Amino acid sequence: MTEETAEAGGTAEAGGATLSGLFSGTAGPAALKDRNPSTTKGIPSSSTPAFVAGDELADLAETDPRIVVLTADLANANRTIDFAQRHPDRFFNMGIAEQNMISVAAGLASTGLIPYVATFAAYVALLGCEQIRTDCAYTGMPVRILGHHSGMSLGFYGTSHHSLEDLAIMRSIADLTVVCAADANQLRAILRASLTHKGAMYIRLGRGRDPEVYGKEPPQNFLLGKAVRIREGADLTIITTGSQLHASLAAADALAAASISTRVVDMHTIKPFDADEALKAARETGAVLTVEEHNITGGLGSAVAEVLADAGVGCKFRRHGVPDEHVLLGPPAALYTHYRLDAAGIEAVARELLGR
Amino acid sequence: MTTTDTRHPAVGTAERQELLERLADRAKFVRMETVRLTEIPGAGHYTGTFSVAEIFAALYYAQLGYRPDDPDWADRDRLVLSKGHAAIGLYPVLADVGFFDASLLDDYTRLGSAFGDHPDMRKIKGIDFSSGSLGHGLSISTGMALAGRVSGRDYRAYCITGDGELEEGQVWEAIMAAGHFRLGSLVAIVDRNQLSIDGATEDLMGIEPLVEKFTSFRWKVQRVDGHDLSALLDAFDALDPPGEGPPQVIIADTIKGRGVQRMEGDIRWHVGRLVGADYDDVMAELSRGLQPLATGGGRD
Repeated sequence: MTEETAEAGGTAEAGGATLSGLFSGTAGPAALKDRNPSTTKGIPSSSTPAFVAGDELADLAETDPRIVVLTADLANANRTIDFAQRHPDRFFNMGIAEQNMISVAAGLASTGLIPYVATFAAYVALLGCEQIRTDCAYTGMPVRILGHHSGMSLGFYGTSHHSLEDLAIMRSIADLTVVCAADANQLRAILRASLTHKGAMYIRLGRGRDPEVYGKEPPQNFLLGKAVRIREGADLTIITTGSQLHASLAAADALAAASISTRVVDMHTIKPFDADEALKAARETGAVLTVEEHNITGGLGSAVAEVLADAGVGCKFRRHGVPDEHVLLGPPAALYTHYRLDAAGIEAVARELLGR
Repeated sequence: MTTTDTRHPAVGTAERQELLERLADRAKFVRMETVRLTEIPGAGHYTGTFSVAEIFAALYYAQLGYRPDDPDWADRDRLVLSKGHAAIGLYPVLADVGFFDASLLDDYTRLGSAFGDHPDMRKIKGIDFSSGSLGHGLSISTGMALAGRVSGRDYRAYCITGDGELEEGQVWEAIMAAGHFRLGSLVAIVDRNQLSIDGATEDLMGIEPLVEKFTSFRWKVQRVDGHDLSALLDAFDALDPPGEGPPQVIIADTIKGRGVQRMEGDIRWHVGRLVGADYDDVMAELSRGLQPLATGGGRD
């Protein structure tokens, strides 16, 4: 389950031709050989957060001997193969055994190495939750967990492959830094920052097709724990993170066109949380909409609500995310539309909040 | 301290006898300290600590390479106590060899103490990794062994696991991975004391045949009497040097509660407390050193 998994959450046609080939009764070994998992067919290379990690880490590893990379039978899907090809002695494919992989990474880290562990968010954050807590966070080990294909980005693979709880779980773990990448360039910035960051990190990534927000180069002013105010606005603040940043910016554009001045904050770091930026949003714009590809319980919206409530700051407020249900299955784009997590949906929710 | 390639004195020599007597004395020390420290919280893991007393003594006084004055020494052998609940017997050893002052143990389990029922690497010098959640340690030590390969160091990574712990699935993920990667520097020691909390492993969740299981996962296996110090030294001497060979396991057949007759092979003492005259009786019994088994052991 490698290449087809990377494709599976995508468009309906992604696996169609191959599947029909397999079912035709005529497909022999040659047809299977065409499915060489080391190819990158159809996967864009520059705007794909999950898929630049291997490349970026390989570059960083040229000068930093502490970097090692592990994955669980997804080296092709997450392109950690790009690291493996350049640093084969510092790459470990641990097979389909995520809990062992995380604890092994902790053991590696105890000797001074910096392990990057990459696999589906559902299997590191949910299956491997206790290993992250006990072996990485509690011990202060600099393990970097890359949870890719988070949220519902694996579409019609269904709930087993979705990760709509990971932020809630991860942000309740002490001594764990939790950060979401919105695009490839921001991920590069996160990875560079991670080299000097103390303790364990959970880095939440999208499906590897996220549209670019931050331009070609890693944002130079990126600071873990410091939110980025991308748009100024006076009537409303959208606080969002990771995969929902691009759609939120598009929604803000549409709102602005309708004379609703909308601030957009990229709360890339969920823990430690930039409470000041959340409070400023409430005080200065009087309305806050949080947007996340996560269960409405326990994630970004909950974090903002806690900050506002603790400070006694009231404003128009709405948490927008996935309702507390196991989501429908379908192609990701259809899911985002259905759950109003595309630009039009976010715009509509914002208008409901403001009554405009 | 010793290094990994030091062979122990030959059987029959005076040096051997001297070493064995010293190790037996240190195993006695482990048991007596366990009883003493348990008085502080009023409950402790007596029996699963007694079963590894000789293993602790043999490792720390005859086998592991480490430097108490330089606990982070990069080339030291690593030891992961995957059965973290035996830490009460390890702390006194670490103090005794010089990692920290023994008086610190007087705060064992008190509010804010570094020393709890399970060991914390961030607070205690000489603890190579925190433990407590069963099933993790072999993965941790697998990572340590892989790291030795990455960094070109030839230390060994040792892991002491319980036997009930082998029921955890993650253990077999680690065993599979270590065999696959041919981690010759990894040494697992299974404290095969037969019992977990609710009863005998073979009654509630059978783990045998262990020799065949490890062998089929591409490990080199030895099985010895875990209370026989000479046999433990021989097993250490029989280890292949660290390298690209198979990972190695020493299955140490032990008796839970060994050393205190009333506890030997009795699940009721997994966690317990000795009070009044019982405390004094047990301390007196332990001070005489390991006695022959009264019942042949294994009483369920």
